[in-house]
Amino acid sequence: MDGLSKIYNGKIKAVDDISFYVKEGEIFGFLGPNGAGKSTTINMLTTLIKPSSGRALICGYDIHKQATEVRRNVGVVPQEYTADEDLTGMENILLCADLYGLPRSNSKAHAEELLKLVELSDAANRKVSTYSGGMRRRLELASGLINYPRLLFLDEPTLGLDVQTRAAVWKYIRTLKEEYHMTLFLTTHYLEEADSLCDRIAIIDHGKIIKIGSPEELKASIGGDVIVVGVKESEPDISSDIAQIKLVKDVKKKGSDYRIKAELGEEASPQIMDVIRSKGLHVNKIALTKPTLDEAYLEFTGRSLREEETDRMQMFSQRVTMMRARR
Amino acid sequence: MTPEEIRAATTTTEEKRVLVPSVESRPVPTPTWKAAPKLNKSPLHGLWALTNRDLKKWYKNPIQLFISLIQPVVWLALFGKALNFSAFVSQAPAALQNQIMVSTFGTTSYFSFLSAGMLAFIILFTAAFSGMSVVFDRRFGFMNKALSTPVGRGAVVTGKVLQSVIRSLIQAAIVLGIAVALGMDTTHMTALGIAGAFTILFLMSFGLSSLFVMLALRSSDWQTQMAIINLLNLPLLFASNALLPVKMMPSWLQTVTSLNPVSYANDATRQLLIGATGTSSLLLDFGVMIGFAAILAGLGIVLSWKLLSK
Repeated sequence: MDGLSKIYNGKIKAVDDISFYVKEGEIFGFLGPNGAGKSTTINMLTTLIKPSSGRALICGYDIHKQATEVRRNVGVVPQEYTADEDLTGMENILLCADLYGLPRSNSKAHAEELLKLVELSDAANRKVSTYSGGMRRRLELASGLINYPRLLFLDEPTLGLDVQTRAAVWKYIRTLKEEYHMTLFLTTHYLEEADSLCDRIAIIDHGKIIKIGSPEELKASIGGDVIVVGVKESEPDISSDIAQIKLVKDVKKKGSDYRIKAELGEEASPQIMDVIRSKGLHVNKIALTKPTLDEAYLEFTGRSLREEETDRMQMFSQRVTMMRARR
Repeated sequence: MTPEEIRAATTTTEEKRVLVPSVESRPVPTPTWKAAPKLNKSPLHGLWALTNRDLKKWYKNPIQLFISLIQPVVWLALFGKALNFSAFVSQAPAALQNQIMVSTFGTTSYFSFLSAGMLAFIILFTAAFSGMSVVFDRRFGFMNKALSTPVGRGAVVTGKVLQSVIRSLIQAAIVLGIAVALGMDTTHMTALGIAGAFTILFLMSFGLSSLFVMLALRSSDWQTQMAIINLLNLPLLFASNALLPVKMMPSWLQTVTSLNPVSYANDATRQLLIGATGTSSLLLDFGVMIGFAAILAGLGIVLSWKLLSK
């Protein structure tokens, strides 16, 4: 994939002048609250809606001028369960194969291979209406892979799934990256999903990309680890001495606790202890917290609750997705 | 506490993650799918797959077929038998009776007249609901799924129209069979006549299905779609010669009827199936229906390019 930039100014700026690139072979995550513009971006990149301005190249093809080429090269796993309830899993997958124009001589074997990958071989000839939410999600994943895509888009791949199915979906996604060397682009509003799966994450809010980086970079950018050291309240304040330690960035004393921000918390902690002990003081307790992506995310997107208007159709499709996932 | 103890104590609370090697550290491989085959790139690929999907949903669910047949059968068996127009003229001598019936309905039996109209009825109602499956596909995401594949936009629309045409023609054939069983006049029926009648029904179905699919292309709301169906269906039915002959209508309604393609279809099927005297020539009927189907189908494909992508 080459450079990618996009400007979109509709009536509502769902996605507002964003630019980014995705490296070949990586898992790129789009993280943001509901209504941030994730799905709009995916819809533009998968040629479902036209950008009002700006352009994007996918696998070297322009999403506007060479839409058909883009469609041939990418796979899409939509947020909804799009498989037809009245058809079997196999029939659904073959339908997708036909839509891509794959010859039947090839698609049958390929469909079987993909159903095996997502562990649905046994259920291949059952009607989708008998599938559980997890099975439907896995079927969607297999359908999205039928055209041998170089790039796979996953829109909220684990929305509403139970923990076991989520773990399974994560496993398949990793397999795709590691064994098939595919490039994956996923949107999510689950932080742990972005954290554990993605090589790089873009945090998007109000249609703008706020921050792009690896999960580690995003966490580090909010200022390192936090060490809380408990001492006796009556003891003298030695904040300035602790602040002398190289790794320590900031020290605050609150009552009997020192709240210390530091890089490499594991190495800073014993040094802090040494300083306190060298003053002849006693340490009651020590706790080290690593910054989570949650904190980084809230730092970037703010903590206020969202009361954005979503359109009726999107609400409906999300409700249906959640409802079917629970079956 | 030693550094090791602290590390052990703190890592337990840390979220356990499977770290993937960073992208920069690996050579960039290209996807290793076993050679992808050559794709069929004709603009019509996938058309039959889409049509067949809807047909499968239909024939795998025979209750749907059964319910869709109830309405025309009820019309035939109850309305058609109850409206016994011959009773009005039963005082008159037999020859005059027939003359009055023929001059009014073009045939001696109102039931046969209505039977031919019922073929148009089932086509009209099946076509009207062809738009609903577009709305459902949009709502449940299948439409977006299909549109993200290289399948032609025109094929998406034509597939919807085609499945509706095939369904409506099969249903019309069943209705014709039932009508015959209930006493429709068969003395004028020939293989050629039936083939001609179904050609007309095919054209009518193609035009009407295109119209309703077109109206549904942008809609994601089935209440609106239901309203559109009812708004168009009944006028198309009543302002036509499907139930009653044009001659019985006031002149303003006759004008409306003469603009309604359903009238031309009925006029032709009656001539072809029951040997009725037509109000216009078969040639004109076929001409109107071919024009109707071609214009709406063409419009549907042009609109599909515009409307299917937002």
